Amino acid sequence: MNMFAPQRQRLVIVGNGMAGIRTLEEILTRAPQDFSITVFGAEPHGNYNRIMLSPVLAGEKSFADIVTHDRAWYADRAIELIAGEAVAEIDRTARVVRGEHGTTRPYDALLLATGSDPIMLPLPGAKLPGVVGFRGIADVEAMLAYCRPDGRADGPPATRSDAHPSGNAVVIGGGLLGLEAAHGLSRNGMAVTVLHLMPTLMERQLDPVSAGLLRADLQARGIAVLTEVNTRAILGEDRVTGVALADGRELPADLIVMAVGIRPSVILPRAAGLAVGRGVQVDDAMRTSDPAIYAVGECVEHRGAVFGLVAPIWDMAKICADNMTLTADAAYVPAVSGTRLKVTGIDMFSAGDFSGGDGAEAIVLRDDARGVHKRLVLRDNKLAGVVLYGDAADSGWYFDLLKTGADVSALRDELIFGPSVAGGTSGVEALPDTAEICGCNGVSKGKILAAIAEHGLTTLDAVRARTKASSSCGSCTCQVEALLQFALGADYDATSKVKPLCKCTSEGHDAVRAAIRDRRLKSIPAVLRALGWTTPDGCASCRPALNYYLLCAWPGEYRDDAQSRFVNERMHANIQKDGTFSVIPRMWGGVTSAAELRAIADAVERYDIPTVKVTGGQRIDMLGVTREQLPHVWRDLNAAGLVSGHAYGKALRTVKTCVGSEWCRFGTQDSTAMGIALEKMCWGSWTPHKVKLAVSGCPRNCAEATIKDFGVVAVDSGWELHAAGNGGIKVRVTDLLAKVATEAEVLEYCGAYLQLYREEARYLERTAHWVERVGIDTVRARVVDDDANRAALHERFLFAQSFAQDDPWAREAATRTRFADLATVE
Amino acid sequence: MDDSNPQLDAAGRRHPTAMPGVGQPAPVSRNEISRNEISDDENSPADGDFAAAWQDIGMLDDIPRQGARTVATPHGAVAVFRTQDDQVFALADHCPHKGGKLSHGIVHGHAVTCPLHNWVISLADGQAAEPDEGCVNRFAVRLDGRCIQLAGPL
Repeated sequence: MNMFAPQRQRLVIVGNGMAGIRTLEEILTRAPQDFSITVFGAEPHGNYNRIMLSPVLAGEKSFADIVTHDRAWYADRAIELIAGEAVAEIDRTARVVRGEHGTTRPYDALLLATGSDPIMLPLPGAKLPGVVGFRGIADVEAMLAYCRPDGRADGPPATRSDAHPSGNAVVIGGGLLGLEAAHGLSRNGMAVTVLHLMPTLMERQLDPVSAGLLRADLQARGIAVLTEVNTRAILGEDRVTGVALADGRELPADLIVMAVGIRPSVILPRAAGLAVGRGVQVDDAMRTSDPAIYAVGECVEHRGAVFGLVAPIWDMAKICADNMTLTADAAYVPAVSGTRLKVTGIDMFSAGDFSGGDGAEAIVLRDDARGVHKRLVLRDNKLAGVVLYGDAADSGWYFDLLKTGADVSALRDELIFGPSVAGGTSGVEALPDTAEICGCNGVSKGKILAAIAEHGLTTLDAVRARTKASSSCGSCTCQVEALLQFALGADYDATSKVKPLCKCTSEGHDAVRAAIRDRRLKSIPAVLRALGWTTPDGCASCRPALNYYLLCAWPGEYRDDAQSRFVNERMHANIQKDGTFSVIPRMWGGVTSAAELRAIADAVERYDIPTVKVTGGQRIDMLGVTREQLPHVWRDLNAAGLVSGHAYGKALRTVKTCVGSEWCRFGTQDSTAMGIALEKMCWGSWTPHKVKLAVSGCPRNCAEATIKDFGVVAVDSGWELHAAGNGGIKVRVTDLLAKVATEAEVLEYCGAYLQLYREEARYLERTAHWVERVGIDTVRARVVDDDANRAALHERFLFAQSFAQDDPWAREAATRTRFADLATVE
Repeated sequence: MDDSNPQLDAAGRRHPTAMPGVGQPAPVSRNEISRNEISDDENSPADGDFAAAWQDIGMLDDIPRQGARTVATPHGAVAVFRTQDDQVFALADHCPHKGGKLSHGIVHGHAVTCPLHNWVISLADGQAAEPDEGCVNRFAVRLDGRCIQLAGPL
């Protein structure tokens, strides 16, 4: 690197994953102006927390929840992100990288963070459809597709049963990843068998006793475990139907997950002629054999070791950034790491060397009734290893003793009982300020307490945002909460972990939706029962949300519950402050006619409607209609062909248009006809919040399409599609979603985008807030980049519309008794 | 409307006399209506038939579960609620906060949430749930079989 160059150095990062982006963050905190930065990522989105794929598979989190850096993050920092293009070649002489699609970028410094690949055993049949690894979100999506019996491209599962309509899954490998995959698939309704070569599960992390307890816990959850088995072949003709074991047994299977380990991804550095052993070899400064090229993460080999856990990778990121920015002459020293299993309800922790051997002494506590096993291994009066199963609450205390190498001879008698006995005080209070609470992000107790005090933090989310503690794998959440409790005392409300949907439940929106879908809950009472609501029939917050979620999940099956809708949607009109209503008929694309205007004028006169106003959405609003008049006004309007404009609903509202090429000298396309086609497709759709569309006929954008939930702007060569804008208190301009050529594509993209919003946004979340939360990249990846997914979303939208396009005014005008008083008494 | 007179409360509620001829509200002359309207404005307990006797106002099935319908009375609009467990309650159709129509609210448990600002009003005692403070006038209401009967304010 040329330290004296007047311009900023060009840094290229190969690998848009956790290691690469963490190093990037560390570089930016040290020297925000030193580099102009380009990031290449093979996956078509921003960066996400790979550790949390297991909870996504288990349905406990959504992909959006685990995205850590969306496209805006890169844009805000003027970092170029080339997502969806793997790097194919490094030319070290010219100092240029070339992407698989031909993009080239020169570099002064290059950082390799290519990660690792799952090891796929070269068994007969290993290439059959239905054999997946467990590495990225694409693997999770592939697995989830197999969990949905009706959602699979290759037909229903061959081995399904009544108990397991999704069929059978076999997970090869009983280590951390394999067991998390097994848990997730089991939660999704598959019958799961784990095959493990060794005699006990997770033998690298657990002693045989703990492993036995784990096996029993998994079996109690319906996961079958076979140990000391070797897989001989994967069976099937054109897709997986089972596995054959070396002992002759055969097991039926629709899905095989290979989780036997990972292998550093080294094709690129090897081809570039860098020194490669098991991984790309780095020195203590994280520098490869080429001094202009650094490497971090699971792709590296450091002093003969390769890595698979996150904590050492965070350390590497810091060391690498120190050296790249010349902040410090730092050297990476491997530290001991702890492991947890992310299987809900199974509490376990393991760190260090628990195997015993010469000079090692073990202290063991076993409580069979509670399913608790604790094993501490001491060497030279220091804690050398710890395994906690069934109760890992004290893991932080033990891990700290292990890492600091403290002499524990004075504590020895009580050591196994944890800090509440041995340390004099309980849990986190007993820890020194230097004790590391969050292993993933290297956050100490002292740093968390300081952040709580300095910034007045009161919630777990605030601590996460400020310190990153508990924001990765989440396994230290209990300890962070205990610190909040310790710091704030009675002021801390520990229940605010996931924001509950309402006060009737502790479950959040996403968990409730997942349960409705996965447990096939089809009525509000069924949801309340299944999820243990604390109220007999919900409240005014949860009932409308549940009604929407059920309506969205089960189109045509779920019967809309009027009593769970807000008054406007129940009355199909907007209530005004004096208790009267406003009536707005639909005007397709803002176009009306003499007959429609006459019908409106007649109604205004007949019912003595006090105010008539043109709305911002190119429609006509009749204000001051009484409750009793509503069905009569509707009947008259219906007679002229006017239908409900849904101006009162969390629903498709208006499609605003300009006159377009039919009349305007600037118009490039027929925006009015396009708007009408969109409105005809979308009207009647119920959505998490209101949805407004607009179509402009040229980039002058007279229809203001770039502040709409979905905006279309005609250009010479086709249509620009814009998403997630709104007016309102805080104006948000749309993000460009895609550019398409034909009207059919506009309709398909619009339907797919709205369906994704319908399926994944939380109730009362506008598209703008939803996209801010999940990132436009996530939306693009699923609506734009993935043709099959877009087609499937659009199809689901149209299917839902086949039930939704039913004019409520016509329906209600026929049964108008409920709009009148029940009685008059004197 | 202010809090009702507890003496009338005791007299009207303890010994309600069911009207003979179910479904037939007592005929009332124009004069009586205007007199009642005047007495309402003055918050006087001296009602006519409404306070003195149970009147049939409709059938239980005329109100959806977790729903409400209104009854026009000399005391103004009264919201009659039917809860999930088929109990009926009657409150003045007027939130103590900003006058929102409680009959338009979402009914949950034995409570209704006002559509205007989400005050939660107990159907049994008319009290607003904390932290809000306020009270809605209650009316005597009961079921005779599936027939709903309303009497005067409590």
